[in-house]
Amino acid sequence: MNELTTTRHNELIDPIVHVWGWEIPVYLFLGGLVAGMMIIAGYFFIKGRDEGHECVCYQVPLIGLFLLSLGMLALFLDLEHKAYVWRVYTTFKIKSPMSWGSWILLLVYPALLVNFLLNVPAWIGDRLAFLKIWSQKILAIKNIKRHVGKVNLVLGIMLGIYTGILLSSLGARPLWNSAILGVLFLVSGLSTASALVHMIARDRAESEMLARADNLFLTIELFVFALFFIALLSSTEVQIQSAMLLLTGPFAAVFWVFVILMGILIPLFIQNLSVSHRIKHTPVAPIMVIVGGFVLRLVLVQAGQYSHYLNAHFLK
Amino acid sequence: MARFAMVIDTKKCVGCMDCVVACKAENKVPEGFNRDWITTEARGKFPTVQMEIRTERCNHCGNPPCVHCCPTGASHVHDLGGVVLVYHDLCIGCKACLASCPYDARFIHPEGYADKCTFCIHRVEKGQDPACVSVCPTHCMYFGDLEDVHSMVSRLLAERKWYAIAPEAGTDPQLFYLV
Repeated sequence: MNELTTTRHNELIDPIVHVWGWEIPVYLFLGGLVAGMMIIAGYFFIKGRDEGHECVCYQVPLIGLFLLSLGMLALFLDLEHKAYVWRVYTTFKIKSPMSWGSWILLLVYPALLVNFLLNVPAWIGDRLAFLKIWSQKILAIKNIKRHVGKVNLVLGIMLGIYTGILLSSLGARPLWNSAILGVLFLVSGLSTASALVHMIARDRAESEMLARADNLFLTIELFVFALFFIALLSSTEVQIQSAMLLLTGPFAAVFWVFVILMGILIPLFIQNLSVSHRIKHTPVAPIMVIVGGFVLRLVLVQAGQYSHYLNAHFLK
Repeated sequence: MARFAMVIDTKKCVGCMDCVVACKAENKVPEGFNRDWITTEARGKFPTVQMEIRTERCNHCGNPPCVHCCPTGASHVHDLGGVVLVYHDLCIGCKACLASCPYDARFIHPEGYADKCTFCIHRVEKGQDPACVSVCPTHCMYFGDLEDVHSMVSRLLAERKWYAIAPEAGTDPQLFYLV
């Protein structure tokens, strides 16, 4: 027996750390989704698939700006000292992923805006004529689409990876002590973004291509998960116990059912049938992927806070 | 350069919570929150069960994760003694520092900023002991400078067996428990 009893009962800390509720998982999910969308749009621009105005790379920025703003709102709601939020932009802390993230977000917004200005939709351009003038000025720049593509790609990768590194840098939580979280969140962001863009794409070839890409990302995600658990299970006792929280512990049901089964395996099966034209494309699989991507963040944030170096919660 | 540390004799601590009350009074810690607390640990298998009582607080780590993760520099290492402090007017309340602490020593003050033990730096700078140390009726707590080999804390660590809590978390904790 090894039993710890404490007189401390601080809010958000005891009996189990729960400093982050739904807001941070929502932000991490939307941030990853937008990152994936930027990478997809960037890829299309670089590959020169943007001929004509049907390419999804022209739909991505407006949706991206909306979703990212929603995520930022969730992040803001989570802050406890809201009036001081501007302090993140009075400094840059090289060791703090949150500081990196704040500055990356400040670069992502103008990048998405420039991407948006490459092809202002008529329903906005007719109402705000100055956007069309700006658009013409930007389009006059030589090779602008390729440049926008490259910037999208780089910023998308940075945004996608940072959301994972943000958690993995918090050393007190053994479940998060893995730099592979950065890759996991990037791949998950790419798969959720492929699913979303697949649904909204007007061009059938693009839509088909994104469904195939989604299958690839989901398969990679399974391997990354395997690496994540191998790393934890071959580490020290606290890391092993933290992995067990997801594998067999209190978070196992949600993890296996919503993340692995309904978020990866079933949509992978359905999409494999639809890309080989044995069944029709339906929104079922992409929606499952998107929900699975959100539950992945939710379960990792909650289980991570549950994991601990002190053995108070892991009595054998 | 000073390196402040606290040495706590678990053979003397009776868990009276005087240190907790002193801290709350000295630092006006809001109702429902604690900067220091008492932990009771029971180990072993009946009939050979051991119980230890100890007073805990921020470990003022030499490698403080709460300082590294802070996006604004609100969490910082004080010039004197390596004490980890928070600038209230720089803190945005993101709670990364709360999540990064293996000792769960931080909390969010009702006014919104991250709060924690300061080693009573306002008293220490005047040459006094932290409030918790000064009131302990069993004299189980010692505060001092580890850089000074003649200080009480240095001598106790040289002479007695001691441990730190969760050193494997890699934060270089500066609270030492005598056994």
